[in-house]
Amino acid sequence: MAEHSARLLIVDDNKVNRLLLSRSVELLGHRIALAENGRVALDKLRKEPFDLLLLDIEMPELDGFAVLEQLKADLKLRDVPVIVTSSIEGLDNIIRCIELGAEDYLSKPVNQVLLKARIGAILEKKRLRDQQKALVQRFATPEVAEDLLQSGFALGGKRVHASVMFSDIRGFTALVESQGPEETIELLNTYYTLMFDAIASHGGMVSQMIGDGLMALFGAPLPLDGCARSAVAAALEMIELIEQFNVERSAAKKSAIRIGIGIATGDVVAGYTGTQQRATYTCIGDTVNLAARLETHTKQAGCALLIDDATQCALNGSVPTQALGEVQFKGKGAAVDIFAVVTGQPA
Amino acid sequence: MDESVIDRAVYAELRDTTGAEFVAELVDTFIEEGPGMLAELRTARAEGNAERFRRAAHSLKSNGNTFGALKLAALAREIELKGLDAEPNRDAAALAAMEAEFARAAAELKTLRNG
Repeated sequence: MAEHSARLLIVDDNKVNRLLLSRSVELLGHRIALAENGRVALDKLRKEPFDLLLLDIEMPELDGFAVLEQLKADLKLRDVPVIVTSSIEGLDNIIRCIELGAEDYLSKPVNQVLLKARIGAILEKKRLRDQQKALVQRFATPEVAEDLLQSGFALGGKRVHASVMFSDIRGFTALVESQGPEETIELLNTYYTLMFDAIASHGGMVSQMIGDGLMALFGAPLPLDGCARSAVAAALEMIELIEQFNVERSAAKKSAIRIGIGIATGDVVAGYTGTQQRATYTCIGDTVNLAARLETHTKQAGCALLIDDATQCALNGSVPTQALGEVQFKGKGAAVDIFAVVTGQPA
Repeated sequence: MDESVIDRAVYAELRDTTGAEFVAELVDTFIEEGPGMLAELRTARAEGNAERFRRAAHSLKSNGNTFGALKLAALAREIELKGLDAEPNRDAAALAAMEAEFARAAAELKTLRNG
């Protein structure tokens, strides 16, 4: 077996060709699956992942050109590299393969040494691209990663309607001082895992993490119908998860943790800020400031989840809330109406 | 043996890169599949189906080249490039020539396989 054994799909209508290509690829230490025409190949590609496709052109039912076209149009399959292996006549046909997105063209009978070199080079390129994708996804969210892969990177923002959430752990500083750094990191990792899960399951994305605090967006970079409802549902789930986590902590004789969450809804400017070298996806605007103020205010108000008027209106009575009247926040011209959402977290 | 039927260098390279045992299996497959491809050519000719006619010729050309059956590959390529002839009798003659060449190639490949 080769060090980096890959899985290849060999597509050819001719049995002798299929056998020969299979043998050649297996001699290189890779695993194979077979398809006898383009339609069967697409079915297999949609069911299981392959690292590379060896594709014949002349085939009944669906030929190689059609396969290339369909791969190109399919978001999930367009990155699967293809080597066309054919004895097709005419240079224009070979050019057509390349234009349709084939990485390479090898004429049949395929030279074993050439095949090894091409497969090696393409798999290496794919490995690097996969690595890059995984890296982007580790430091950005899947939504931002997808947005970056789709539209490329450009500094600057656009105005969108969204709900912004801020959340942090109450009394975190005291907690940090009472335990070792290893324990704090472990706590933060668990906390973030739970919060990311709740936020993502309601269509939100975490745009920033600062110590024990986080900022999440619902409605950016991708539009989200009912963003306010989703944000509140995510917040309630976050509080619920923390309560479950506290049951475990209490069993381990550790103190319970409490979180405070603020949500505001409105127009925000969302986009990439920073420099060409280092940038972050974020939102700015009054809505963002208000959400941050609401989160801070949870301590004073003695409740876990505070929302603004716009969020409260969008809920349309689907979640019980309590009007807390007008509050004058720092940096805000006028006093704003705020609402507490009834939660299971003790005050 | 008639060396013009199977190119020894092509055959030797195939055997050296994939193994004698595997080539024997591959030869058997070709001898099994060949008559089907020739029959497909006849049927496509009778039905006047240009696409199937061309594709069957393409397949035979490809396999001919794999084994070094260069004359067979050349005859198949001619048919692939020309397509259905306006005069069916001319195709019938070309198909007969190809069938005869396939028989010669198959016989020689059998000998080589056992050799």
